[in-house]
Amino acid sequence: MYDLIIIGAGPAGITAAIYAARKKINTLIVTKDIGGQAAWSGDIENYTGYQFISGPELVGKFQEHISKYGVELKENIEAEELKRINNLVWVKTKKGEYEAETAIIASGKKSKELGVPGEKEFKNKGVTYCATCDGPLFAEKEVAVIGGGNSALDAALQLARIAKHAYIINIASDFSADAVMREKIKNYKNITIMNNSRVIAILGDKMVNSIKISSAGTEKLISVRGVFVEIGLTPNSEFAKGVEKNRLNEIKINSYNQTNIPGVFAAGDVTDVPEKQIIIAAGEGAKAALSASGFLNLH
Amino acid sequence: MEKKVKIYSTPTCPYCIRAKQFLKDNQVIFEDVDVSMNQAAADEMIGKSGQMGVPVLDINGEIIVGFDKERIQQTLGI
Repeated sequence: MYDLIIIGAGPAGITAAIYAARKKINTLIVTKDIGGQAAWSGDIENYTGYQFISGPELVGKFQEHISKYGVELKENIEAEELKRINNLVWVKTKKGEYEAETAIIASGKKSKELGVPGEKEFKNKGVTYCATCDGPLFAEKEVAVIGGGNSALDAALQLARIAKHAYIINIASDFSADAVMREKIKNYKNITIMNNSRVIAILGDKMVNSIKISSAGTEKLISVRGVFVEIGLTPNSEFAKGVEKNRLNEIKINSYNQTNIPGVFAAGDVTDVPEKQIIIAAGEGAKAALSASGFLNLH
Repeated sequence: MEKKVKIYSTPTCPYCIRAKQFLKDNQVIFEDVDVSMNQAAADEMIGKSGQMGVPVLDINGEIIVGFDKERIQQTLGI
């Protein structure tokens, strides 16, 4: 039995754990990974105290910080269910069940999937959600980037420097990305922009060899070895079934990070807090831990 | 007998960095292959693992895809 279970170890979860540890709250962290999306970030220039730091470096600092407090941390574990029973919060995972007086959900967001045939089958076999990580494997190859926002154009820019050719498959009639990004894209002769186009299937043998797209009512095949899906993010909130969410599946919280369930708090990108930033997630994690501490003192 | 450990990685992937750090923390000697700089090595990795995600660890011929800490520990007996 714990006082507090924190789900997730990104900026929100780790900061919550630091605050909880300093309040001598008996805490368990269960998490899929350390750092969450921050670990995948390239250059960070807006985290106070660091004029410039890379995502992995900042996460390293977070880890170093939390390790000083000896908080129990179980990695490679995903929460499958969370509910309040008998005045306790019960969390079920593949590797065990845990109980605590309170919980902080800080499970963040993950990349959205296209939901087309071939996507799951060819994951890591040409289909990827991280251009920064996997881009270098597609040197001199033809690739497609799916999406039209900043992350899609950022991926396309990274890839244009190494790949033979990059197609940008955008469902809308124009990009939603910032003007600076659009300008940069124009400088690359090996980028082809395909607006009003939708991916309908990812095809291949052992690895991806083409995508089928629907464009202005006609279907065509494009030969590519890599498919970079950059169509936005979705909250990791499915496991918290009884917790109230907004239409984006973000967990609804009040200004004290409380959810609709007593003793269950939430923080960071998984919530409906306006603006998703590393520093905001960290601050929200601190607030959630202090609210959980207040709850423990009263109950 | 000392096990032969090879890690296929790219410089930008966070799990590659964490996997290498984990090996270092456990005093495991390993060969680091940067597949972004070496097409032949990338092909070798794809051949061995049947997929393109990094990191891939080759521990005495046993292939581990991703930073699967528990499997790495088991395979290395650490």
